[in-house]
Amino acid sequence: MSKKNPEYDFKWCPGCGDFGVRRAIEMAMQKWNIKTEMPPEQSVVVAGIGCSGNTVHLLEGPQPYGFHGIHGRSLPLAMGVKMGNPDLNVVVVAGDGDFLSIGGEHISPQAARNLNVCVVVMDNGVYGLTKGQSSPTTETGTVTSSTPFGKIETPVHPLNLFMTLGVSFVASSFSAKVKEMADLILQAMEHPGFAIVHVNSPCTTYNNTYDILKGDAKNNIAPVVYDIPEEHNSADRDAAFALVQAKGVPLGLVYKDPEAVSFEQRVAGTLANAKGRTADDVFNSLVI
Amino acid sequence: MKREDFIIRFAGEGGQGMVTSADGLAQAASMAGFHVQTFSTFPSQILGGPTWTQTRISTTPVRSSGDAIDVLVCFNREAYDNHKSEVRDDGVIIYNSGDFELNSDGKSFGLPFEELAKSTGNARAENMVVIGAFAHLVNMPQEYLDDFVTKRFSRGRTGDEEIIRSNIEAMNLGRAEAASSGFSLAEMAEPKKPDYEQILIKGNEAVSAGALAAGINFYVGYPISPATPILIAMERSLVGENQFAYQASSEIEAINAIIGGSYTGKKAMTATSGPGLSLMSEAIGMAWMTEVPFVVVNVQRGGPATGLPTKTEQSDFQLALHPAHGDSVLPVIAAGTVEECFYATVAAFNWAERYQGPVILLTEMMLAERAQNIPRPDLDKLKVENRDVYKGPEGYLRYEAKELSPMPLPGTPGSYIANASEHDPYGDTTHLAERHIHMMERRFSKLKLLEDGEFESKNTEASVAIMSWGGSKGPSEEAYELILEHGKQMAWYYTMFLHPLPAKLLEELLQKDLVIVPELNFQGQFSGYLRSLGVKAESITQYTGLPFNVEDLAQRIEERLGAGTKGMVNV
Repeated sequence: MSKKNPEYDFKWCPGCGDFGVRRAIEMAMQKWNIKTEMPPEQSVVVAGIGCSGNTVHLLEGPQPYGFHGIHGRSLPLAMGVKMGNPDLNVVVVAGDGDFLSIGGEHISPQAARNLNVCVVVMDNGVYGLTKGQSSPTTETGTVTSSTPFGKIETPVHPLNLFMTLGVSFVASSFSAKVKEMADLILQAMEHPGFAIVHVNSPCTTYNNTYDILKGDAKNNIAPVVYDIPEEHNSADRDAAFALVQAKGVPLGLVYKDPEAVSFEQRVAGTLANAKGRTADDVFNSLVI
Repeated sequence: MKREDFIIRFAGEGGQGMVTSADGLAQAASMAGFHVQTFSTFPSQILGGPTWTQTRISTTPVRSSGDAIDVLVCFNREAYDNHKSEVRDDGVIIYNSGDFELNSDGKSFGLPFEELAKSTGNARAENMVVIGAFAHLVNMPQEYLDDFVTKRFSRGRTGDEEIIRSNIEAMNLGRAEAASSGFSLAEMAEPKKPDYEQILIKGNEAVSAGALAAGINFYVGYPISPATPILIAMERSLVGENQFAYQASSEIEAINAIIGGSYTGKKAMTATSGPGLSLMSEAIGMAWMTEVPFVVVNVQRGGPATGLPTKTEQSDFQLALHPAHGDSVLPVIAAGTVEECFYATVAAFNWAERYQGPVILLTEMMLAERAQNIPRPDLDKLKVENRDVYKGPEGYLRYEAKELSPMPLPGTPGSYIANASEHDPYGDTTHLAERHIHMMERRFSKLKLLEDGEFESKNTEASVAIMSWGGSKGPSEEAYELILEHGKQMAWYYTMFLHPLPAKLLEELLQKDLVIVPELNFQGQFSGYLRSLGVKAESITQYTGLPFNVEDLAQRIEERLGAGTKGMVNV
């Protein structure tokens, strides 16, 4: 509720990609409210630390619930929220540092469970909030404040990683394409399982990649982003792999497992015939 | 004269049946009406390694696992060599003559455990051979054991009858062999069968039952010795609509998940041991900051780092108080007995829900694995508290009040942001000095709601007191009684509620010239805390990985009493 709140003093830099992402989330959430006839309080936005995490405070319009947690732990927190009340629409907002570096260990188990949340990853290839250190997606050789002689590591390829870990819904977007992104986020909310919308969201202060992504005709730079062709079959895992392993940044729905069964449905199915125990039951078994 | 109290120790290699022997004897004796307590200690491996278990049987309630051994059962030579010095002068040693032979030492006799068991057609009845031999030594009536075996193996399965027959035969063989050895100890006094219903329960089981009784419906945990049985019990119990129990991929995942669950209104808990609590540190600080209630059980083991995973220690008190960085201090409850493991868990949930924040519940390896017969808790008489939930039609500002205020739940009006950063009344991040002051005071003010804990006190006019905590309660109370028998004067204080201390208790402790704190750690963590509150406290410490020996503790306390207040710590 940034606009009405004089105490909140955080600002994204002018031109930050996260403005576009915020708008897309607002649009998707409002559509979700209308489609499901649910009040805004039915949604919870879970965030970690970084410029991305501040999205939870900067959302405008009808306010969802929010949890702005500690660095890297948005997924386990979201797991608790979703399994605490599976009727909630849980949206995770995270950055490349928060999600792929410190929080990297949490992706694999949630993919294995098919945790039913929608994740929006705002990838700017840099640690912005701490002023410009290298992140997992920073290109090799890049000089940043923490890689004064150039980055040594090979960058992580997020879409490839998500596919490899078995994430059941993988989409790719660009912060300049708000309408398309909103549509992908809404689909991710509706997907019964672990849905990640990866967004290239440039940092205009420390890693301005707009020209690389969009291209610059004047300077003869070809765009890196391209729309996924209509003939791409997003239910085909092999096709999705081929797409993310090819050059460039494909935009649109990469993969959606048509047979995904959500974590809460798996739990209910596995325990369908199990019988729980009360304190009384425990005592009855221990009477002497 | 009949004897009121016996201690029997089973020692050998892990997997040789020490635990089933000690548990079986405890069951048999408790069914007959005795008070029992078991203790076990083993290395951190699946099979093998030196293991021993001990059962204490008494006609009166048992508070410690006991000092000197009346009967030592050795499953191998190493066990004989390691434990024989702890046997009383008039004690008896039974050794496994199928495994090794001994020259007569005047107090030992051999039994071929395996051979006798096999002759009944049931090779698994070795422990019954041993129990039978023990029964002869203490002149325990035959029917106690027959009743126990019949009840234990009547499970409505085909073959029950044969198992009952072979087990009884194994006991009779053990009894007959022991009789022919010519050894006997003393006649065991008649038990005074309690007139209330009893259960035989271990500390970890009591914690799990306490959580269920308190209304837990959300549990996420990660396996770690010695807390794992709580995870397993929760997974088997929390089944069905609106309940969730799950094994996480790490303690970090577990703690964040229960915070998320509690934020939606669930009554949540996780259980771990020292290393896990260290990993949970940052998230616990977040819960203090965001005011989300839940219980973290820390079944303490030897530390630091991986430490002594299967040994007992009380070395996480300071960590429990301050698990997280920054200005925060957590409510801490510690169970001192198996029975208290149940009631402390209920109390921990009540505290968490009442003050809307995390509560640390400390238990210990020695309580977790100890079986003891206790009165069956009356669930109808339990007081169970639930958090104050915001139920208004419109929103309100979650953190506006200067103190505790109702908690809105997602899905209902009242949206706010639970924020690990310092926040304003809505939950948005802020850096304003006056707001930090407001929130800091709000969070600390809630601890005032928890000063109503109960405590024990005896002989309060004495100027020197003994006040133990956690699992050292039993040995300390027995040592205290021994000291009074020696004609010395001391006061006794005890509480499960370590922080905040019951206000009245603190008032009384402040009046004492000296408060002696027996505790199982190097630094004297609890006495340091008492000194920070102005109490003239000193520790008697032990860091062996084992509980206090009562006579040894009494002697150390008396030595301290003899030294007077000279050279005392200045407060």
